Amino acid sequence: MVLDKSILELSVGLRRKEFSSADLIKESFETIERVNPKVNACITVREKKEVLAEAEKKDRNRPTNASALYGMPFVLKDSYVTRGIRTTAASSVLKNYIPQYSATVYEKLFTTGAILIGKMNMDAWGHGGSTENTDFGPAHNPWDLTRVAGGSGGGPAIAVATRVAPFAISEDTGGSIRNPAAWCNITALKVTYGRVSRYGCIAYASSFDTVGPTAKTAEDCALVLEAIAGRDPKDATSSPHNVPVYSKELSRNVKGLVIGIPKELFGDGLDPEIKGLTLDAAKTFEALGVTVKEISMPLFDYGISVYYLIAPSETSSNMARYDGIRYGNDRTHFTEETMRRIMIGTYALSAGYYDAYYRKAQKARTLFIEEYKRAFSQCDVLLMPVNPTPPTKIGELLEDPLKNYLADAYTITQNPVGVPSLALPCGFTKSHLPVGMQLVGNMFTEDVLLRLGYQYQQKTDWHTRIPRV
Amino acid sequence: MKSPKITPDIVQKVARLAHLTITPQEQQKFATQLSSVLAYISKIQKLKTENVEETSQVTGLTNVTRQDEVDEKRMFTQEESLSNAKQVHEGYFMVPAIFEE
Repeated sequence: MVLDKSILELSVGLRRKEFSSADLIKESFETIERVNPKVNACITVREKKEVLAEAEKKDRNRPTNASALYGMPFVLKDSYVTRGIRTTAASSVLKNYIPQYSATVYEKLFTTGAILIGKMNMDAWGHGGSTENTDFGPAHNPWDLTRVAGGSGGGPAIAVATRVAPFAISEDTGGSIRNPAAWCNITALKVTYGRVSRYGCIAYASSFDTVGPTAKTAEDCALVLEAIAGRDPKDATSSPHNVPVYSKELSRNVKGLVIGIPKELFGDGLDPEIKGLTLDAAKTFEALGVTVKEISMPLFDYGISVYYLIAPSETSSNMARYDGIRYGNDRTHFTEETMRRIMIGTYALSAGYYDAYYRKAQKARTLFIEEYKRAFSQCDVLLMPVNPTPPTKIGELLEDPLKNYLADAYTITQNPVGVPSLALPCGFTKSHLPVGMQLVGNMFTEDVLLRLGYQYQQKTDWHTRIPRV
Repeated sequence: MKSPKITPDIVQKVARLAHLTITPQEQQKFATQLSSVLAYISKIQKLKTENVEETSQVTGLTNVTRQDEVDEKRMFTQEESLSNAKQVHEGYFMVPAIFEE
């Protein structure tokens, strides 16, 4: 399988004409034909003929200074608008929506010469953590087809895990990039809020939404991030903060860095195997010369409350635009989970409850920012689990929304604060299910997270394992 | 403030505010589910937040502006604008009537 190679290896191979971009595209489509009937990762796959023609043209016109992503197949979570290509956000509301414009992240990748293969399955509008809340059928975990792939970006994670494409663009509002990455054994980055333009990304909760890469390794995430990061005049919340060449920073020394382990996150409710594997990873970091120490972040106990008040409030406002007049179907097409989130938000924002719920949560959000600041005064990076359990059985949590929300505990506090987090594989359970951990850093320290991730992946081989589908 | 119980009537009221159509069975089901979610998240009331400012965004940016100029490259033609509408009439979007005759 050529697409098992890293992005750098692929780009060298393309330059030396060991294989062509057209070869990569053919392999992508073969993999989709082989695995998609089992995993249901794709919502829309582009016409093969059209994509091949695009690749052949890229092969003929390859510039000598081509970017590492030139001629490289990739997929998008179906939450990014793509001009002329159906975009659904996995909802029947947008079942037939053909956008008239494109998301900035897609434009940027198109300009570097990367080739879009298709649009991937997700929880509708990002509302969920399992890719079951979709109007296009649940996605199946490639490591165990009876289990969920995680979510909301299950499709993009499966596409990378099964080597449909070397990278995907996903979206993270409360774990949607990291949770499926951990459950599918791949590496993925939730960026600092504003690091990548959100223009053309269908909004879930606007002040939490982030756009980020999903790939096999930290190195590949670095290469994608440097192509998509930066200020965009079309997104006023995108940051003017300098964009480093992340891939050039990966080998820099990590000795002397301090990793903090928040003890509150390793207590009750965490699967013992996940706990063990995450703490094993801490030992690997120590072997790299990193200092590991326990810290305390007691506020975590209120994370679910803050997230599940603010995110539904913002989503109830964002979803108000779907009236089925200018585009899409009407509001009778929302799934139950989306209706629940709209109603929680509408309730929290309604007269009489605004102060007790929404305003209270906005104040607690400030306390979380302070909690993280305090943590980063004691360490450079935090190490924590991504998921409390291995992937659940399909259907297991569908009728119990509260239990479903509680499963997001480790990934929902970073978005209100804005800090970045890298999820990466750290082992397997005894029943052969993948386990991921996350490294959380201070604002705009993606370079540090990617460097730690890269050096961890030089010492371990979890990320090289591929599911047999 | 204690977590209020979400009755089917409250569900109906909230659904109407959010312009959602729900069946009586859904009303009952959502009442149970939303009550349990709200009971859990209401523990936020225990958090001390006196004199704490609210945070609504974390960009650290203020007053991001641009020149007030039309970017013609971003404009849609009339045909493009209407391309996803179910009902159009002589180049306009058609909307449901809001006044009675």
